[in-house]
Amino acid sequence: MTQAQPTPEAIVETIARHLHLEGPLLPILHDLQHEFGFIPETAVPLIAAELNIGRAEVHGVVSFYHDFRDAPAGKHVVKICRAEACQSVGANALSDHALAKLGGDWHMTTPNGNITIEPVYCLGLCACGPAVLVDDQLEGRVDAARMDEILAECGA
Amino acid sequence: MKIYIPRDAAAKALGAERIVKAVEAEIKERGIDAQIIRNGSRGMIWLEPLVEVETAEGRVGYGPVTVADVKAIFEGDSDKALGDVEQIPFFAAQTRLTFARVGKIDPLSLSDYEAHGGLVGLRRAIAMSAEAMVDEVKTSGLRGRGGAGFPTGIKWDTVRMAQGEKKYIVCNADEGDSGTFADRMVMEGDPFTLIEGMIIAGLATHATKGFVYIRSEYPDAIEQMEAACAIARDAGVLGHVLNSGHQFDIEIRVGAGAYVCGEETSLLNSLEGKRGTVRAKPPLPALQGFMGRPTVVNNVISLATVPVIFEKGAQHYADFGLGRSKGTMPIQIAGNVKFGGLFETAFGMPLGDLVNKIGGGTASGRPVKAVQVGGPLGAYMPVSKFDTPFGYEDFDQKGGLIGHAGIVVFDDTADMLGMARFAMEFCAVESCGKCTPCRIGAVRGVETIDRIAAGDNAAVEILTDLCETMKDGSLCALGGFTPFPVMSALQNFPEEFSTAKEAAE
Repeated sequence: MTQAQPTPEAIVETIARHLHLEGPLLPILHDLQHEFGFIPETAVPLIAAELNIGRAEVHGVVSFYHDFRDAPAGKHVVKICRAEACQSVGANALSDHALAKLGGDWHMTTPNGNITIEPVYCLGLCACGPAVLVDDQLEGRVDAARMDEILAECGA
Repeated sequence: MKIYIPRDAAAKALGAERIVKAVEAEIKERGIDAQIIRNGSRGMIWLEPLVEVETAEGRVGYGPVTVADVKAIFEGDSDKALGDVEQIPFFAAQTRLTFARVGKIDPLSLSDYEAHGGLVGLRRAIAMSAEAMVDEVKTSGLRGRGGAGFPTGIKWDTVRMAQGEKKYIVCNADEGDSGTFADRMVMEGDPFTLIEGMIIAGLATHATKGFVYIRSEYPDAIEQMEAACAIARDAGVLGHVLNSGHQFDIEIRVGAGAYVCGEETSLLNSLEGKRGTVRAKPPLPALQGFMGRPTVVNNVISLATVPVIFEKGAQHYADFGLGRSKGTMPIQIAGNVKFGGLFETAFGMPLGDLVNKIGGGTASGRPVKAVQVGGPLGAYMPVSKFDTPFGYEDFDQKGGLIGHAGIVVFDDTADMLGMARFAMEFCAVESCGKCTPCRIGAVRGVETIDRIAAGDNAAVEILTDLCETMKDGSLCALGGFTPFPVMSALQNFPEEFSTAKEAAE
């Protein structure tokens, strides 16, 4: 994952990899985000042209889904599960603890750009909560002490 | 010697990768001939990471294993020894049909899969007519395991008889309900079962293309399904379907964090590359589904159960269960519970037995206050309803639903007004925005519950009325079922909705 400003050529090349699919828009958006770390605003008209749909429709899809970002996230993304099963074992207190530690609210990025913190609604670890996803690493039974370690490891 | 260490996401989240490294180092140091197999999870999550060693007496388990335990396992004097894993009471008490192979086999070994009954069902199906296949599913009594409980065979028959140049099998693997992880476990632990089930669905309905729509929150399941599809394609299982003259292939698609895409019409829009808004029905997806063509949309567990129905016969499956809830259900026991995990059993076990006898009560050791069954859209069942047998109709009669069969246990510290508020908040965050009762009702619901919390008791009536409107007026289950957790919390724990006022006075 790089975060350089993508060139139109690089964007079109990414789009082209998926044009043979039936309903290619989500795979295109996932790939763009994988390549560039976010969905560049400049990609919207390029996608619209390639798929022969309106820009508004592309924008509508990008903005509908929680996963797609319009700006790069921090170096590390920490997602804390807020769903019921994790709440039953203290996820709310864990979230409050993490947010207080970072001094902000959900979706914030730390001023040093190291951590973006987000809620997630279920990671499928409902019998070993509270669950946390740090970049692509899952962790179960996370307590306040472990959360402090995670945030420190990520450079809070 | 074979050593099994699960690659299931829950096992990994509890440190399985560190155990693999430690076991590898130990094997090297001792210079022994041992092979590590990354199996699925046995479903006993409190024992994960659960390491199994194959011995003459069966597979001996150790768990939950930490890196510090590894040496003792090799020395043979580990205090984490559990004996034969299949004799552990939680496991021994199950009837595993859909999950028969999960945890047992190497999930990416097609030969291991076949050695444990895999592809028997598909070979039998190939010799049958499409109509006979559909009849087999009808006879089994299988109902949609995603939550709605619609008879799978009837859905298949509609697609079988529909006219269309191309038909599709869409597997709904957007398992967003809190407290559920059965889809994830089967995709990670026995992916060929799902592939085989989808192929049979294809043969029975003349569909040639399948999609598995997996939520992005399940990176391990996505990776495993991609790998399994490639292996199945190389082996001629996908593609030419064992040279049967049929064609069927599968493509894996990834969701993008929208809960509502677990609703079938919203999922189809998402698959087509649109916003995941709900479609009005009719037309049924069976007739006008993906790209307007006839489409079967089934849950992972429904499709993953098809192979065993064809392997052992529909009647064998139908002989399990209770009334119109036939067969078995992989029940997920989660939340604040001592023995959490996946428990597959015939329909009919009382809820209280699942929570207390199987689950062992709360993990915190405090009394159980309520359990939420069926995900964020399911009702909070108080202890007084623990005699309810686990079945579609039985739960319906008690004002609840089984949904995808997740049970989330709460102890007596649970704040039920807070849980009701969360249900509305969640609906507001995840609403697709198409229909007003859901889009606006959920926001008003949060505000109304805040009024109750601030001591405005008159708002209880408004909340009740709002829930009626959402229930009757929403297009799909998101807006339509959010009233279940809200109203069940209100009705079963009314004191928690009035104490705020007393405190204020």
